[in-house]
Amino acid sequence: MTWSATARGAHQPDNTAFTQQRLPAWQPLLSASIALPLFFCAGLAFIGLGLGLYYSSNGIKELEYDYTGDLGTSNCSVCAAAGQGRSPPPRCSCAWYFSLPELFQGPVYLYYELTNFYQNYRRYGVSRDDEQLSGLPSALRHPANECAPYQLSAAGLPIAPCGAIANSLFNDSFSLWHQRRAGGPYVEVPLDRTGIAWWTDYHVKFRNPPLVNGSLALAFQGTAPPPNWHRPVYDLSTDPNNTGFINQDFVVWMRTAALPTFRKLYARIRQGNYSTGLPRGAYRVNITYNYPVRAFGGHKLIIFSSISWMGGKNPFLGIAYLVVGSLCILMGFVMLVVYIRYQDQNDEDEDEE
Amino acid sequence: METKMALNYQGKSQKRSAVEKSINAFLIVYLFILLTKAAVCTTLKYVWQSTPYNDEPWYNQKTQKERESLKVLKMFTDFLSFMVLFNFIIPVSMYVTVEMQKFLGSFFISWDKDFYDEEINEGALVNTSDLNEELGQVDYVFTDKTGTLTENSMEFIECCIDGHKYKGVTQETDGLSQTDGPLPYFDKADKVTFSVYGFTFVGIRNGYMRVENQRKEIEEYELLHTLNFDSVRRRMSVIVKTQSGDILLFCKGADSAVFPRVQNHEIELTKAHVERNAMDGYRTLCVAFKEIAPDDYERINRQLIEAKLALQDREEKLEKVFDDVETNMNLIGATAVEDKLQDQAAETIEALHAAGLKVWVLTGDKMETAKSTCYACRLFQTSTELLELTTKTIEESERKEDRLHELLTEYRKKLLREFPKSTRSLKKAWTEHQEYGLIIDGSTLSLILNSSQDSSSNNYKSIFVQICMKCTAVLCCRMAPLQKAQIVRMVKNLKGSPITLSIGDGANDVSMILESHVGIGIKGKEGRQAARNSDYSVPKFKHLKKLLLAHGHLYYVRIAHLVQYFFYKNLCFILPQFLYQFFCGFSQQPLYDAAYLTMYNICFTSLPILAYSLLEQHINIDTLTADPRLYMKISGNAMLQLGPFLYWTFLAAFEGTVFFFGTYFLFQTSSLEENAKVYGNWTFGTIVFTVLVFTVTLKLALDTRFWTWINHFVIWGSLAFYVFFSFFWGGIIWPFLKQQRMYFVFAQMLSSVSTWLAIFLLIFISLFPEILLIVLKNVRRRSARTADSVESMGLWDCSPIPLAA
Repeated sequence: MTWSATARGAHQPDNTAFTQQRLPAWQPLLSASIALPLFFCAGLAFIGLGLGLYYSSNGIKELEYDYTGDLGTSNCSVCAAAGQGRSPPPRCSCAWYFSLPELFQGPVYLYYELTNFYQNYRRYGVSRDDEQLSGLPSALRHPANECAPYQLSAAGLPIAPCGAIANSLFNDSFSLWHQRRAGGPYVEVPLDRTGIAWWTDYHVKFRNPPLVNGSLALAFQGTAPPPNWHRPVYDLSTDPNNTGFINQDFVVWMRTAALPTFRKLYARIRQGNYSTGLPRGAYRVNITYNYPVRAFGGHKLIIFSSISWMGGKNPFLGIAYLVVGSLCILMGFVMLVVYIRYQDQNDEDEDEE
Repeated sequence: METKMALNYQGKSQKRSAVEKSINAFLIVYLFILLTKAAVCTTLKYVWQSTPYNDEPWYNQKTQKERESLKVLKMFTDFLSFMVLFNFIIPVSMYVTVEMQKFLGSFFISWDKDFYDEEINEGALVNTSDLNEELGQVDYVFTDKTGTLTENSMEFIECCIDGHKYKGVTQETDGLSQTDGPLPYFDKADKVTFSVYGFTFVGIRNGYMRVENQRKEIEEYELLHTLNFDSVRRRMSVIVKTQSGDILLFCKGADSAVFPRVQNHEIELTKAHVERNAMDGYRTLCVAFKEIAPDDYERINRQLIEAKLALQDREEKLEKVFDDVETNMNLIGATAVEDKLQDQAAETIEALHAAGLKVWVLTGDKMETAKSTCYACRLFQTSTELLELTTKTIEESERKEDRLHELLTEYRKKLLREFPKSTRSLKKAWTEHQEYGLIIDGSTLSLILNSSQDSSSNNYKSIFVQICMKCTAVLCCRMAPLQKAQIVRMVKNLKGSPITLSIGDGANDVSMILESHVGIGIKGKEGRQAARNSDYSVPKFKHLKKLLLAHGHLYYVRIAHLVQYFFYKNLCFILPQFLYQFFCGFSQQPLYDAAYLTMYNICFTSLPILAYSLLEQHINIDTLTADPRLYMKISGNAMLQLGPFLYWTFLAAFEGTVFFFGTYFLFQTSSLEENAKVYGNWTFGTIVFTVLVFTVTLKLALDTRFWTWINHFVIWGSLAFYVFFSFFWGGIIWPFLKQQRMYFVFAQMLSSVSTWLAIFLLIFISLFPEILLIVLKNVRRRSARTADSVESMGLWDCSPIPLAA
């Protein structure tokens, strides 16, 4: 069969590591000698981290107050009762008095919290026009259809900013007053309302439309404010860097919360004597009570909180780390027992042999 | 279409593997989960909305159109929306991956150089890629004998003429010449045979057969008729005219087909020869001749032509003529040729037995021949007790059926006494108890399967099946091709529908190859019919061992893991989304961004599992071939049974819950950043998604026992790609997007230490049970290494936890 001499091997499969499934391979085996120390080390590390997290969370102070005004629990109940069933509710103010026996270590941040408010409801969440909010003039005049029923005003004017999210902007306002001595005068504590939104939101994602003749008001001419708003968007603040679409309150509100109970940053307290925290003494928070929450069974709270490297107060992470760490060590011991038992058995077997 | 091939051909039906059937079953479960989820969410949505301020709070009012639409319609669309939201639980991409895995994976068979045969200069051939994993699930092996177990290269051993034995070349060749020259007409095998004795069949020219005799002279015979071979008559004849004008008929065939038609009185001697030869495992052939008077020939010729031209019942007519003609012949003698066993045929059969497979030999040969081959290839051990159901044991008597019934019940009693009733311990039982082998021949089989339609025949069949199931090895001899398929079909329909594999080399094996779950063709000497109709073809029988034990095992483990993993990763993908509905007023709010939803199965988690399913060797190929018992661990579709399925499903449910509630509790705070800023719902989803992608990929990394560079590349590459993509996706204001939801979400998320810690912790918690199981297993395995590793492996070994190599 000489004729096939050249053909021989023509169909022979390639003898490579890949085709023969003999690629060099790492075949790890989590043996006891590796796994046991690993379990103990991981356990100890987790417990260490957990302790750190737990204590730093414990070190964070929080002071909260529910000013919804249910059942006459506070002086805000007057406002709550006044606003019952009326839309828009009448202007009303109330106050919250508290005193600090010692320094509230700072820097202190002021949050508001809403409960039973579904910012993550799908219909609500899509009811916005990011193009409009990025200052695109065409989008300003022609809000997206998702904004309906807050797309066009009753008069047919385009609403700016359109959509349900913008329309429901939280409009209670707070001011903090400090009484240094008993019976003394209340001094206003400066609240920094800037730097509360994400840097990228404030600088990139949200942009005002181009000014017309140097005026923001003219730029918004021909649009209507959302129906629930008392003032147009360009009047949200007197600070030109904090008004219109780039008003930080507004930007914060537009980042919809993940859960129906949520907190949003209202202000930072970092100026003057208050940069290290709130000194002891009596305080009063003046609340402009506008926002109706009882209509949907919600509550609103005001919170003073300090912040650490891990953020706000949250014992969950610390506890979780502690639990997992202990579990690791426990399992390490179980494993050790199993290991030793089998080892003994083996030795015995070998002896028998 | 009247060719033998075509008549024995059976309609080709689509072969579907057991794994595919499991996939369909799982799919139904998951479809049910999907429907349940959607139904639960829809119901709860309307319960929740029954409070008016939940339905339409002042801050989130409906449009006029929404208010006016019908409630039933709204419910329906809500249900559909939930279906869309949760539809990822049905792993559509799995089908693509499975197909790719099968297609690409099948190359490893044709690439395998162990399957390469120098002689025929070819390797294995893969005709279908659908059945790779079925090779790891085989319960019954049906093998042909000639050409499959044996070489099908006939080696002349001896012949017997007029009762005298002639052996080898050195025997007096003259003796042969007495017995009429024209012996060499019949067969290729004979042609070779007789060339030894000085007669050479030169060929056919113009209807003349030319034979060179001892004196180098050419003798010519005119070929008048050929009475073709068929498997019912088991003989064939030619009618020739010698140069001197005599008309002769020569007939060759199986002894049982020739002896009854011979008038000689010296049959006895030849018969004894034939039987002895058969006992030695040689194939025997009897040759007879008959002189036909010219007048008779006229008549025969007319009849033959008439029958050949008949339009109706041609077969029957031809058969009748043949039957008439082939009578009163004179026996010339018998030949014995040896068909050597193939290289390593015995080792292969032994390995298959050790792997818990039942090997049945189906052959057309004589019982004695086949039996001795079976002993030679160790299908029957010397200790095997043989149960015989043949014409010999039943005898040609009036009370055939009664005798058969008697035998059947007797055998059954015997077997039932030996084995406990439970079939579960059967496999183990083999190793301990007396082994039984069954021998049955074609006529008895047809008696059992096709006899009168009364209830007793049904009874025969069930008893026969019971006997078959208890026997380690079964030999079926004197089988017609269709009977082979019949046997395969019978076994296929047994309780528990075992997976059958047929292996054969000739056209007569085609129907059996097509009938069984997996058909293997041998690229033998009898043409390529079998190889062409098979699902896989290999050059030699010995290749079956590696094909099943190594390739089949690996393919099965790979694809089973692939399937489980796909269901798992999609369940833990969608479960958080389902849980989120409870916190967003059942409003179909997606938890993840649309890009993540689409890319999850396509980009982030597809390649690692594909690489795994192509390259994984949880046990080395060498170990797999060396220890056939490993094959038993995956038998019965072990990795896709309810147990492992539930394990994966619960694992996925556990992980999904951890992802969601871990993040949920993480968010129970004012801020996660040290600058007190607050995260929104997209950050929530991205944290869950990040944990998800990492967990699911690392879970696969834990399962991977065989890390080639490709595995490293795709696993770490996928994770890196995810991170890179997230930065990229969130780094740009995309002009074509309506909403810039993800803008800087990922980067902002990573600026928080708490988030890092939480992500790490959640991944660890999710993988903790898995790590624990692996370590626990390894601790025990390491120390119990000396113990019998196979015995100690239970069901859990078939679960996703990789085995120690």
